[in-house]
Amino acid sequence: MSAVTARTVPTEELLRWYRQMVLIRLFEEKAQELFMTGKVQGTTHLCQGQEAVSVGSIAAMGPGDVQTNTYRGHGEALALGMDPAVAFAELMGRVAGCSKGVGGSMHLIDFAKGNIGANAIVGAGIPIALGAAMAFKLRSEPRVALTFFGDGATSIGTFHESLNMAAVWRAPLVLIITNNLYGEYSPLRSTSPLDDLADRASAYDIPGVIIDGQDVSAVHAATADAVERARSGGGPTLLEMKTYRYRGHSRTDPAKYRPEGELERWKERDPIAILAARLVEAGALTAEEREGIWDETRATLDAAAARAELAPYPTLEEAMTLVYADRTA
Amino acid sequence: MSALTEVAKPAAAAPPAELTYREAINLALAEEMASDPSVVLLGEDVASSGGVFKTNEGLAERYPGRVINTPICENAFTGVALGMALVGMRPVVEIMFSDFLPTAGDQIVNQLPKYRFMSGGQCSVPVTIRSISGATGRFGTQHSATGESWFMGLPGLRVCVAASAGAAYDLLRTAIRTNDPVIFHEHRGLYARKGLVRRGGEPARIGRAAVVREGDDVTIVATLMMVERALGAAEILAREGISAEVIDLRWVRPLDVRTVAASVARTGRLAVVEEQVHAGGWGATLTSELTMAGARWRAAPRAVSLPADVCIPYSPPLEDLVLPSVQRIADAARDMVTA
Repeated sequence: MSAVTARTVPTEELLRWYRQMVLIRLFEEKAQELFMTGKVQGTTHLCQGQEAVSVGSIAAMGPGDVQTNTYRGHGEALALGMDPAVAFAELMGRVAGCSKGVGGSMHLIDFAKGNIGANAIVGAGIPIALGAAMAFKLRSEPRVALTFFGDGATSIGTFHESLNMAAVWRAPLVLIITNNLYGEYSPLRSTSPLDDLADRASAYDIPGVIIDGQDVSAVHAATADAVERARSGGGPTLLEMKTYRYRGHSRTDPAKYRPEGELERWKERDPIAILAARLVEAGALTAEEREGIWDETRATLDAAAARAELAPYPTLEEAMTLVYADRTA
Repeated sequence: MSALTEVAKPAAAAPPAELTYREAINLALAEEMASDPSVVLLGEDVASSGGVFKTNEGLAERYPGRVINTPICENAFTGVALGMALVGMRPVVEIMFSDFLPTAGDQIVNQLPKYRFMSGGQCSVPVTIRSISGATGRFGTQHSATGESWFMGLPGLRVCVAASAGAAYDLLRTAIRTNDPVIFHEHRGLYARKGLVRRGGEPARIGRAAVVREGDDVTIVATLMMVERALGAAEILAREGISAEVIDLRWVRPLDVRTVAASVARTGRLAVVEEQVHAGGWGATLTSELTMAGARWRAAPRAVSLPADVCIPYSPPLEDLVLPSVQRIADAARDMVTA
């Protein structure tokens, strides 16, 4: 385990993170509401409780860096700057969505913002990010790829195959495990022999770092170190963010497989509350300002969802143009 | 030894040269790597001594860093190719035996063909999978499949099958240049076969079959190594006064139903010759498409395929026995004509 570099982050930046985390929290709550009212169908995988992982990690990305994430990827998409109205439109299957409504909740993808993938197959984003990283390395571009995935993905082949290749090739890649303790419905220790998934790095002779995923500053500092290491030719790093998802795995899963009191204990370390307390203590945020941020964000999201709902559904003709880039002769 | 040493830039329409199928593949790779710096080749041992089947001779030396040996992990290295493509590269992946394609099944089924779609068209996926296919090598049941029809039903994917040196050269350049994922099947048993290659000629058109022998009595459609066997059968039939048209299908997705339909409209008879079982393959799909399009059969179509319920055996005489032979193809065609 390597020590994380202490970093001083300007207050304005911390406030920006705070706003982003509130945005993600309330976006997910709105998404749940839209799902319960049938405006979003199929499935959703929400990330309340994990906001610091998305926001802190993405804040460590530089211009030109890219990332892949997962079906639980709303947090990353929003932290990368996706317009919530575009995201809601995608959730509602409207043509104004980032993927023209054919992708849905699991595919909030935005190439222009470095978001080159949100994958519905566990572990699939890892080799894709590695490929991007290797292209950067091949072209001698000082760019880095990040990949977000869950604790469950550390059991799948692509994780191990990719770590192996990334290590052999010293790829400019940062691998981020959002360890929320459950792979779908199964507690981590029923599917993994390890408590600390960062330990898996040792098998590939790369650094593995355990991070308090509820502390956005800790997330940022560790990711920034890994990004710098990758950019300077030091190869990949495996980061394990210890966090928790407040909701169940998907849809309406009540998460009855969790022991009583666990959720409440994690909520005592709510990532947004932790950052708010720090900002209040530093005199950078008053109680009124704090309320204001929540109210404004709620209003923004309500308006965004309403706007998204006005967009039409894609037509079959439009959908068919999205399959192939080239026509047949 | 390879034609590669002569290549500087893709030549503008040179006179046809006689090359082996292996050299034709090497030449197509070399030309595409020369003309487009985003083309890279990756896979198991692709850079070691010209590759396992010597198709990559000279490429690693000529294009340092662009011929990349990977660990043995088809699923992840095919995913790596996808990731490269998403940021501007044009990767060619080599799969040492088509039997290994299923280990990259997630990439082939869920990632490559769906990626552009699920991103709403934000990207394109110019990845070519060169899959080394086919029997006759005495490699046994897990190293002998063509796998040519395994993925033919997937929107977003293209699948092509190279039956000759000339076709391999034309098709591989198209596969690499197109902005969509392509599985390019090359038959290991054909590497030493010679054929005419039109260097610098027009690349193949996507989804176009080729009539490789004209005839009026019966249409024989084949792919990969079965094309030369179909041509052999046509020779036998010609000596008997039966005129067989032979079509090299060239693409399994999309299927060129139109070219075959035009032939069948004249002959009214169809034999599909497949180095695979008939069920679930292009032969069955093609026959169905033609029938649904109203083909007027003068005799019921015939399939010359692998036996339905046997895996490809190692035992050399038995491997020969299960594959469609020139004689079996000729017999099937003759039956239809004389019925």
